[in-house]
Amino acid sequence: MRSYERKFKRMNRRELLKLAPVLALGAFAVPKFREPLLKAGLGFSDWASAKLFRKGHLAPTFADSELTPFRKFPINDYDVDDPEVDFDKWTLTVTGAVQKPGDYTLAQIQALPQFRQNTRHVCVEGWDVIGRFGGARLSDYLKMIGADLTARFVTVECADDYYESLDMATALHPQTLLCYEMYDEPLTRKHGAPLRLQIPTKVGYKQAKYLTDLKVTNILERVGYWEDQGYSDFYGL
Amino acid sequence: MREAVLEIMSEKGDEVTTAVYEHPLPVRLCHWLNAISLFVLAGSGLQIFRAFPSFGPKIPQHNLLDWPKSLAIGGWLGGALQWHLTFMWIYLGSGLVYVGYQLFSGHYRQVLFVPRDIRGIWPMARYYFFFGPNPPLTEAYNSLQKQAYTSAIGLGVLSVLTGLAIWKPVQFSWLAWMMGGFHYARIWHFLIMWAMILFLFGHLVMVVLHGWNNFVSMLTGWKKNPEYGPR
Repeated sequence: MRSYERKFKRMNRRELLKLAPVLALGAFAVPKFREPLLKAGLGFSDWASAKLFRKGHLAPTFADSELTPFRKFPINDYDVDDPEVDFDKWTLTVTGAVQKPGDYTLAQIQALPQFRQNTRHVCVEGWDVIGRFGGARLSDYLKMIGADLTARFVTVECADDYYESLDMATALHPQTLLCYEMYDEPLTRKHGAPLRLQIPTKVGYKQAKYLTDLKVTNILERVGYWEDQGYSDFYGL
Repeated sequence: MREAVLEIMSEKGDEVTTAVYEHPLPVRLCHWLNAISLFVLAGSGLQIFRAFPSFGPKIPQHNLLDWPKSLAIGGWLGGALQWHLTFMWIYLGSGLVYVGYQLFSGHYRQVLFVPRDIRGIWPMARYYFFFGPNPPLTEAYNSLQKQAYTSAIGLGVLSVLTGLAIWKPVQFSWLAWMMGGFHYARIWHFLIMWAMILFLFGHLVMVVLHGWNNFVSMLTGWKKNPEYGPR
């Protein structure tokens, strides 16, 4: 084929212009657009995460020999290590779409079938440990309180004003525990006594400690302490 | 695939140069989308790494390196995760379109390193590093380039797989298991990033050495005065 210099240059300009869609990424450089775009990206990732979640798929479990020693299990809090919960007066206050709302004692929760599991705890920061946890299945507890299992969320509040929310599919997962034991011993104060969430299918910050309130709901007024600052809402592993 | 060849006549009609269409539009689009997303992913990835700059235990924590915040993207862990979880889709999308296009168009023959390219490696290495003679070029890429680009595509695939194992170590537990579990998948993901940066360094050096016409070909598709003769 033959062409002339001028024609060739024109063709090159045209080909260059076809790359214009790439410039759309420049929107990320504009402060006004950056935040909504990144929010959309994170939202899409959360949507994909929820789609990828399989309710019957179990997180890997580990042998006792693979456990991280208890003294090397990190204690991560946003505020205080120990919110000084009064164990004698402690109850879990249940509200929302449940048939039997009210205050539940630890003994009532411990009367449910107990499960123990060695699972990996993954922190959003990047570290991971393998711990041994014991407690009642959240799904058993939700059935006990007559929760509407078609509701979308389970939310919790904590003694240190931390708060979290869980999608119902994760709440009903067989490895999602209302945890009151670590390494076969009662939960220590710094690890969230008397009751915490332990969810091997979620990142660490979803696994709230020092629980005081639990609600079954279809509407989220707020998602979670870290989520409301810009972290992933779903963060399923 | 045979590249389209043009003979370009100067306006006075006294000079003829040739140009070859080396990079179809999908390849060019994917190349630049990939370049930008790789830049953002490496920058935000290093900011994410700053939250726990170690591959050892959390207690006690031994930091591997103190990556400067000024050379990272996102400002804080949550922000960096937003960048990372957004651009990973652009990276994955452009990667899938690129690989899909190459396979279905047959254009992959230009870039894929195959066994018969092995014999061309030493002459090229001798030319680049030991002042050897410049081996005659018969196609768009010499065997060393093919080796480099094929490796880069392989690194791209690995970066996605290791990333998936970190993001979803439970749903893709088999993938994480193949890499030695979440903990090791994180190490692989980090090493693959550095391998990619190493490739990029070499790539950019070569772009500079090969000159303007070569660079323009990734923008317009056409390379003027190619080093190899039109076939």
